[in-house]
Amino acid sequence: MITWGANIMFSFEFMRNAYLASTMIAIVCGFVGVFVVARNMPFLTHTLSEIGFAGAAFGMFVGISPLNGMLLFTIISSVLVGRMSTKAARREDSISAVSGLFIGLGVLFLALSNKSASYATNILFGSVVGISITDVYQMIIMAGIVLIGMLLIYRNLKFDSFDALGAQGQQLATGWLSVAFLVMLALSVSVAAQVVGSLLIFILLTLPAASAKYFVHSVSGMAFLAIGFGLLGVWVGLYLGYLTNLPVSFFIATIEAIIYFGALGYSRYRAH
Amino acid sequence: MSEIMLACHQLRQDFSEKEVLNNLDFELHRGEFLSIVGENGVGKTTLIRIILGQLQPTHGQVQFFPSRKDLRIGYVPQFRNLDDEYPLSVRNFVALNFSGFHWPWLSHQEHQQLQRVLQETDLEQLQNEPMGRASGGEKQRAYLAQALTKQPDLLILDESTASLDPIAKETLLKLVRKLNQTTQVTVIFVTHDLPLARAYSDHYLLLQPQGYEYGEIQQLQVNDYVGGEHHV
Repeated sequence: MITWGANIMFSFEFMRNAYLASTMIAIVCGFVGVFVVARNMPFLTHTLSEIGFAGAAFGMFVGISPLNGMLLFTIISSVLVGRMSTKAARREDSISAVSGLFIGLGVLFLALSNKSASYATNILFGSVVGISITDVYQMIIMAGIVLIGMLLIYRNLKFDSFDALGAQGQQLATGWLSVAFLVMLALSVSVAAQVVGSLLIFILLTLPAASAKYFVHSVSGMAFLAIGFGLLGVWVGLYLGYLTNLPVSFFIATIEAIIYFGALGYSRYRAH
Repeated sequence: MSEIMLACHQLRQDFSEKEVLNNLDFELHRGEFLSIVGENGVGKTTLIRIILGQLQPTHGQVQFFPSRKDLRIGYVPQFRNLDDEYPLSVRNFVALNFSGFHWPWLSHQEHQQLQRVLQETDLEQLQNEPMGRASGGEKQRAYLAQALTKQPDLLILDESTASLDPIAKETLLKLVRKLNQTTQVTVIFVTHDLPLARAYSDHYLLLQPQGYEYGEIQQLQVNDYVGGEHHV
């Protein structure tokens, strides 16, 4: 029955595109998410997705694609935020300020571009079934850039993310590393927003990695498991969305949250 | 005496409210175990930061032999913030120091080096345990092991024993002394703990608000140590 349903499902081009795009996104977000969690950056990630919303609205306003608008805004702001301050408390405040400003800008650009409210809904909550094959190619290229970039800086990023004080002590140059990582994060946010939407970006960027750390004790193990959790969420979520005609983001969010709470429960059980 | 590794000449560091190090002159020889003692605020960490090249002294200089770039320094910082949920195993934590632009996975030589360091620091049995669940002493041994992965010529321990119980302190220092004697790694140990410094060092450098003292460790008197705490 399921096989039959899947056969029918994959006969639709938009579902094939959705599966391809989601697979790439789950891989990129699982990998990048391990470092987001280790560097304690979920808040910044959330802010970047809001900045992405403003960027997409800006894109519509000036007549470029929402994805390109998102990329423009998230990359510029990630570099700015990364250089703004290293003091944690001030950074949180700065991020709040930047976040508020960009949501306001997003609302402004949406109003100025005279697009219908459904555009805003698509950006905020995702519209995976509306992805064209051209979008998929663009996502594959961006995913490739992120993965190659991450692998190039992998060892240093790992040291700085999982033991920042040790890395400083060993004279590791961490300033540029942080900016490079933020640019990778900005790319990942912009790609992931296509599927789950700006508001739910952390579902794929933080939850799978946050769950994975309770099961394995190596960075590569966490990355593989986070990718697995992400893939499980998007594949099953898309299928359920197809069957029920309910929003895919809802299913992905629910699956990832269940995995996370399951991981927390498992960790408590092991501690006893 | 063995050859000189580094020499400080007339070092002084001015901060907005005070000056520290008071035109400090001293030499560190290869294979030596030096304890730097002194109360809080006399410039112990400042001196370490100058040696590490993180701070430019206001006056004077540090000379390295043969040169700074030929000297590998392993530094164990004073504070680490690894909580109970810290996910990496002891082995993977130690291996973080294999940094640089290489393949993501460790080479055969790096694996061998990692295994050797884990053996030297008595962490072989614990290597697959999560760092988050390790005791204070085990964590300090892992910090030490991490600093040793790149086979340093100079090992700097910045108050590494401050949070440890007496048995863990002795265990750690015995280990460091053994490494110092077997591998000839030069050690700088920053501490408030005079009995520990006396038991394991060759020389001491006592930094004080108005000056400093350098000498063989037997000459260090508890009375010399003005202010600060000394833990037994």
